[in-house]
Amino acid sequence: MSTAPGLAAVEREWRRFTPAERLARFAVYLGIVAAIVASLQSIEIIPEFLYDAPEQIGDMLRRMWPVAWDHYPEGVHAALLDSLHIATLGTLAAVVMAVPVAFLAARNVTPVPWLNYLAKLILVSSRSVNTLIWALFFVAVFGPGALAGTMAIAFHSIGFTGKLLGEALEESNRGTIEALEATGAPRFAVLLKGYWPQVKPAFWAIVLFRWDINVRESAVLGLVGAGGVGMALDTALNLFQWDRVAMVLLAIFAVVVAAEVVVTGIRRRVL
Amino acid sequence: MSAAARRAFVPNWWARAAWVAFALYVLYAASQLEFTPARFLAGIEHGAKFVARLFPPDLSRLALLAKGMAESLQIAVLASVLGVLISAPLALAAARNLMPAWATWPARAVMVLCRSFHPVIVAILFVKAVGFGALAGILALTVASVGFLGKLMTEAIEEISLKQVEAVRATGAPFASLVTYAVLPQVFSRLVGFVSYETDANLRNSTMVGIVGAGGIGGTLFAAFQRFDYDFVCTIVLTIIALIMAGEVLTVRVKRVFRA
Repeated sequence: MSTAPGLAAVEREWRRFTPAERLARFAVYLGIVAAIVASLQSIEIIPEFLYDAPEQIGDMLRRMWPVAWDHYPEGVHAALLDSLHIATLGTLAAVVMAVPVAFLAARNVTPVPWLNYLAKLILVSSRSVNTLIWALFFVAVFGPGALAGTMAIAFHSIGFTGKLLGEALEESNRGTIEALEATGAPRFAVLLKGYWPQVKPAFWAIVLFRWDINVRESAVLGLVGAGGVGMALDTALNLFQWDRVAMVLLAIFAVVVAAEVVVTGIRRRVL
Repeated sequence: MSAAARRAFVPNWWARAAWVAFALYVLYAASQLEFTPARFLAGIEHGAKFVARLFPPDLSRLALLAKGMAESLQIAVLASVLGVLISAPLALAAARNLMPAWATWPARAVMVLCRSFHPVIVAILFVKAVGFGALAGILALTVASVGFLGKLMTEAIEEISLKQVEAVRATGAPFASLVTYAVLPQVFSRLVGFVSYETDANLRNSTMVGIVGAGGIGGTLFAAFQRFDYDFVCTIVLTIIALIMAGEVLTVRVKRVFRA
């Protein structure tokens, strides 16, 4: 059948993606399936443990009840406050260290490529090492206790805080900065009156968000000896005192919920 | 107009008072935690010795390293897959624009519960339930993934345009077709973003759950720390950083494929 030359384009089968795009998607799907199959084949799982799980969970819940409420005043309260202090001071230290790195990472503030790359390397390394692994490092350096925990929180948070703050700086409006530079304002004045007012909302949002995360993280630092309520949890776990474990878990849960409420409240009022 | 209102930068006394209060709190908290300059200086001295002992990295136990890293990778992959499989239907059930209240509330409660505890604490509980090993790690990270992915997916589904949903519904299509043709195309590229983010997060966490006995490189790392094999610690940590960086590069590429 012959068609008018103008209709050839209309009759062509319409496809959403180009062959290259389809090939790329297929490659990703294939890679995912391969990864799953490879993982399933070589993972070491003992099926007997899985069949046993419901019984073990039931046993754990029975031992957790009744919760050892009387353990709270002597064993948990002080450690819980320590955890909160660790989270707050760690966040503060992280912000102090992250701000200069963020300025170095932002390409518009520091137009020096090798400094940008150096800053990004610092940020990625900080994020890649987990808080608990940082805590192991600092326990080796400062000895067991809250100082190690605070440093661990601080060093792990640099990556997150610095990355987001750097991105906020890169998104700031050139106009204000150029206006200030045109008046001959010194570099510090440009930073304080040009960049700071523009990134201020983002800055507080990032700090609050990170503090919220750090409250959760500070609760587990004690498992490696880095202070806080995790120490109480570790002791109770090692002695199989499941009623005390339940008490500590409930206390952590309450603090996490409270932190979230506080953050939501501040965000609504200030930002 | 008063003189104060015309000043360019009006001092905010409430903000200043808040700063002073915060500074006082910091001093109080530091004293509560017994931070002293002496301890800090002693730590720096220790730190120099510690860093010296990290190098050169110990390359004699590469088989042990490879085994632990492989297990961490497997935990991350399987936890991400299970997380997606569980959180996708849960997110559909939790979306307020598609489901009635009796379905959304239980689904939301499950997600909040999954997010409320740190993965390490969940891992401890699973170690008790299913014993030491990778399975506890997989289950713990699955719980974390369900909480996180579920929340983000629910928000994405709630932001879709309902016009396409109505158009598909008007043809009399069953619910499964509604999801495949009206909901999924609108959220798919965002889902890819969430899932790749969560896979990165699982990769990071899979290197840590071993500290409480839930499989992966974390157990090897913890043992090396306790035996003061700091040169082996250095090898492990450098490998972890390399793996996570490689993972981030890979997920950026995958996201680019699906950006169309």
